[in-house]
Amino acid sequence: MTTIDKTSSVPSPRGSDDFGGPLLEVRDLHVEFSTRDGVAKAVNGVNYTVSAGETLAVLGESGSGKSVTAQAIMGILDMPPGRIPKGEIFFRGQDMLKMSNDERRKIRGQKIAMIFQDALSSLNPVLSVGYQLGEMFRVHQGLSKKEAKAKAIDLMDRVKIPAAKARVNDYPHQFSGGMRQRIMIAMALALEPDLIIADEPTTALDVTVQAQVMDLLADLQREYNMGLILITHDLGVVADVADKIAVMYAGRIVETAPVHELYKRPAHPYTRGLLDSIPRLDQKGSELYAIKGLPPNLTRIPSGCAFNPRCPKAQDICRTDIPALLPVTERDGGELPGRGSACHFWKETIHG
Amino acid sequence: MADLSKSEEAVDATPNVTEVATVDAATETEAVAAIEAPVQQGEPILQVRNLVKHFPLTQGILFKRQVGAVKAVDGISFDLYQGETLGIVGESGCGKSTVAKLLMTLEKATAGEVFYKGQDITKLSGRALKAVRRNIQMVFQDPYTSLNPRMTVGDIIGEPFDIHPEVAPKGDRRRKVQDLLDVVGLNPEYINRYPHQFSGGQRQRIGIARGLALNPEIIICDEPVSALDVSVQAQVINLMEKLQDEFNLSYIFIAHDLSIVRHISDRVGVMYLGKMAEIGTDTQIYDHPTHPYTQALLSAVPVPDPAAREGRERIILTGDVPSPANPPSGCRFRTRCWKAEDKCAEEVPLLAIPQVFVGKDTQAAHESACHFAEEKDVVHAA
Repeated sequence: MTTIDKTSSVPSPRGSDDFGGPLLEVRDLHVEFSTRDGVAKAVNGVNYTVSAGETLAVLGESGSGKSVTAQAIMGILDMPPGRIPKGEIFFRGQDMLKMSNDERRKIRGQKIAMIFQDALSSLNPVLSVGYQLGEMFRVHQGLSKKEAKAKAIDLMDRVKIPAAKARVNDYPHQFSGGMRQRIMIAMALALEPDLIIADEPTTALDVTVQAQVMDLLADLQREYNMGLILITHDLGVVADVADKIAVMYAGRIVETAPVHELYKRPAHPYTRGLLDSIPRLDQKGSELYAIKGLPPNLTRIPSGCAFNPRCPKAQDICRTDIPALLPVTERDGGELPGRGSACHFWKETIHG
Repeated sequence: MADLSKSEEAVDATPNVTEVATVDAATETEAVAAIEAPVQQGEPILQVRNLVKHFPLTQGILFKRQVGAVKAVDGISFDLYQGETLGIVGESGCGKSTVAKLLMTLEKATAGEVFYKGQDITKLSGRALKAVRRNIQMVFQDPYTSLNPRMTVGDIIGEPFDIHPEVAPKGDRRRKVQDLLDVVGLNPEYINRYPHQFSGGQRQRIGIARGLALNPEIIICDEPVSALDVSVQAQVINLMEKLQDEFNLSYIFIAHDLSIVRHISDRVGVMYLGKMAEIGTDTQIYDHPTHPYTQALLSAVPVPDPAAREGRERIILTGDVPSPANPPSGCRFRTRCWKAEDKCAEEVPLLAIPQVFVGKDTQAAHESACHFAEEKDVVHAA
């Protein structure tokens, strides 16, 4: 704790803690891409909030818009072809989409950091990991090479890379997959950000290593009281670490719920289908339930509810009206805090 | 068949070899007959005995000398019966994909035998090997790179018929390919489309159709669903189960997702650093594991049920898998094992029913390569 002393060199990143609202608030975000086949609507009105110390899991299949939302928050979306026609992203009450590039640059890395999926292709193969970790300090804090390297060693210790001092000059290919992912985590942590976005951080790892990395991430989050957005398609990983879950489908959030609630009583047919389609470890089931059909093409999202062609409960209204994400209640009207479902028939789904 | 033998004569054109070739031809015909006969009742269709594959590590440019070997597969034995699914699980680098390549005879084994209906396929060549290859097919992991982007679906699925024309006469091929598309749940009219026009799940169906084209008896599936989305995985798994019933196929199902392996497998083998750590029925492995590695592996699987998770014990292994070029002495798992004692460094544990369970009527009495085997349920909440 001695070397990474945030008050000494960073101009007090957490000095503005007086802001009372959530750390991050995404409001009605839309993202689209111009492609040869037309406009692909990747994100169509996403809302979510993350508070300090909270873990939000964004769950969805490929093409559901979960990573694009994260890239929009980070400001690393390729524009063009990407475009944000509508929406606001508030970080500590300030709309980042209205900021200048310089202002965003100050937030990126220092206040919001990102962990990418594939550590091998996210690290530069021709620079040592020590140099790449130190870059954060050299660029953002203007430290000398020597000081930056000392801090890099410290970071590597913190993410439990054995013999950090000896390995600081090694190159990414000399590390195993789990160790590389630790380096990615160290890099995201370097400037002690308030919010970390982890995009499928363990997908490329074996289960035993995955457990190590997720544990580490959870420990560090607790230690620094960071907000965490965990993007994943793995229902198992989510169950282990998340506080609340947002399920995405075709660029929209179709269900939100606290983690226990979601698994116990899903309120959207898509969530229910996903839960039913994964085999269980603790018992041998019969035939798996399979959601029929394929995820929609983003240039031609079905009218009404995007899930209607695959939904067993779909009726006429589902083909015409887009369901809004509405609060879910108990059968007697009792409140279920944090729960919402974008389904015309959520009552039947959760209580039926 | 006629043009086949002709091409073989052309290869063996050197005069001295003709005599040997005729002798070979006789044994070869015998082997082919054995391979094409149906498997005998109760006999395993595939028997793997002490299979070894070492990849040499060399040094020097002109005078290459061997300085070591990557022991990818180091003495593996198992049986496969007709109509059953054998799951093989393990971390990356444990040699499971090398086993698949050895069974396909895409790699030459360093030692050991693989008996297919009594014929050792590691020693076969020519016609007999070709007959074996027809009966053992493979479905690959990545449906994006395992299909040639310049070939139409019809050409991809029909290509096996070029090598084995006896299965489908020339004029009949198009219809056969369309039948196969129908069997795997794709529209037969898609025959002239290219792979990029399909989604991941559909491409994997094309890969499966190609594997089925020659009516094989065994299909080796190397991570067939790990590249697919959750909702599509279930579709492909259900398709594979349906096909197994329909064609009485035997599967070797290689995967790292333990839940899927349990779902599809009748028996499961757990590999660690080129050796089999434990093998048994799915109930034996998942509900009554006795090898510490199996227990650690199972306990690390994230369970999609927060309530079940809380009562579960988690064993978090430290460190990474050691290098297969320089595996630990004795038991290979001892460097990460919490039970390891001196004995584990000296003696290699054999894959057998552990002494403590011999003769006992319990699910724990299955083959496990550990000196201190002990039953421990890590999957169910306490």
